Amino acid sequence: MQIYLPIAEVSVNAFLLLGLGGIVGFLSGMFGVGGGFLITPLLFFIGVPPAVAVATGANQIVASSFSALMAHLKRKTVDFKMGGVLLAGGLVGSALGVWVFNFLKTLGQVDLLVNLFYVVFLGIVGGLMMIESLRALSRAKHAGPYKAKKRGRGIVQTLPLKMRFRASGLYISVIPPFVVGLSVGVLAAIMGVGGGFIMVPAMIYILGMPTKVVIGTSLFQIIFVTAFTTLLHATTNYTVDIVLALLLLIGGVIGAQFGTQVGAKLKAEQLRIALASLVLIVCGKLAFDMLITPSDLYSIGSN
Amino acid sequence: MLRLIAILCLALLSPLPLRAEEVVLGLSHEEIRITTRFDGSDILIYGAVKRDETSAPDLPLQVIITVAGPSGPTTVWRKERVGGIWMNTDSVEIDRAPSFYAVATTAPLKEILSETEDLRHKISIPRAIRSVGAPQNIDDAEAFTDALIRIHERNHSYLTAEGAAQLHENTLFDTNITLPSNLTEGEYKIRIFLTRDAAVVANYETPISVRKVGLERWLYALSREHALLYGLLSLALAVAAGWGASTFFALIKR
Repeated sequence: MQIYLPIAEVSVNAFLLLGLGGIVGFLSGMFGVGGGFLITPLLFFIGVPPAVAVATGANQIVASSFSALMAHLKRKTVDFKMGGVLLAGGLVGSALGVWVFNFLKTLGQVDLLVNLFYVVFLGIVGGLMMIESLRALSRAKHAGPYKAKKRGRGIVQTLPLKMRFRASGLYISVIPPFVVGLSVGVLAAIMGVGGGFIMVPAMIYILGMPTKVVIGTSLFQIIFVTAFTTLLHATTNYTVDIVLALLLLIGGVIGAQFGTQVGAKLKAEQLRIALASLVLIVCGKLAFDMLITPSDLYSIGSN
Repeated sequence: MLRLIAILCLALLSPLPLRAEEVVLGLSHEEIRITTRFDGSDILIYGAVKRDETSAPDLPLQVIITVAGPSGPTTVWRKERVGGIWMNTDSVEIDRAPSFYAVATTAPLKEILSETEDLRHKISIPRAIRSVGAPQNIDDAEAFTDALIRIHERNHSYLTAEGAAQLHENTLFDTNITLPSNLTEGEYKIRIFLTRDAAVVANYETPISVRKVGLERWLYALSREHALLYGLLSLALAVAAGWGASTFFALIKR
């Protein structure tokens, strides 16, 4: 069933969009990532103009993240206090990111820079997660129970403004989570994603949060940051397509529910390896596209 | 058939103008309406050649029909390999390029239209695009215009259909033009040219509007005129869907 999108001004298959939303929602629920780094490139691929894909993707992330968050709220795996600190950083970062984005736009080459950001960050994050998880798995196999490395000693522990995060079982300074939220906000605005794929590992490896509360807490932060981004796009660029969003989110919220259930059954290490593989695949695809000779050297720019 | 008879009657009854040959036109649609289920559209363009009795056509008449979408400036980029990575390096701004352009003719365009007439009436695709000048550093500006045409042709938004128009009895003509699904809104322009011996002997121009209707129009207008409200509505929809799905699933599990 073809449907004409009022803002994107293209006609696409409604079932394709439902399916796409479903797959991304499933992954989003399972890993606690918004799925923006998947949905945006997929929308480009089916012919939605990039500006509309980025803006509408943000709106879709709100929906699937909300659905997934509800499931986490029931299991009480959300650290609101930590989420609040991350969010404060995130909103500042996102405003900063939009400013950086517009600055890059005046220099031209914004597409290339966005792609480079994707490849670099997906590559680093995916690679680190993969190595760490594989190491943890092999340790678990050979040396019995896995002893958690003492994390977060050093700078993170010496900073002032300490606060107790009961749900995470942490007593740390608010500065590291604020900085994490801020940098994710900047990247999220530039790359047009929620930023979960950067925040989740940052929360585990930098803040030392237990994996159990990481996903729910990152979802909490992502919802507000992407909602803010959606509003910015809707009021400045008029690029949010509500029909496209509706179709994606119907698929997305249903997928997210299934994803959360599957995620709860898997072991943390398995989850990390699966997420790392996914991130590396997307990274590899983007890197490959930048390196191979394009089928047409010319392209029509959007004015 | 009835339609053709109607046109003939129209052609016979209306008062004769000064010109020897003139076009009387009919369209299958008065306007193209973009609804939610819009998936491209075919438009039938038909008409008749009205002529006063003194003109005796010795050479056969040819018909060229063009449909042009709204025009605007377009930037064409060219990629180059820089340090192993393909990136946009050169760009040329095309002053005016239509968003859609179709040419349907009764015979190969080159045989029925001279270069000078094409230049005057801007009929063929390369002529319908206006590119004034390229920046100093680009010496092959034509490659950019060619690329623009190539990309549009690949998307079916530029088409040349030589021989797709029919002319019967030197009087009645018709053609069918397929408008793609990624049509943009605006005033489209239909032009009919009658040529003889590669020269234009008569032409006719009429607009046809392509516009969004119903829900499409309402949402589009809302997004432009009440952007904040529209943004909040999108978010409300997102939250409601997310909340609805999780509540629904919780009920199922119970």
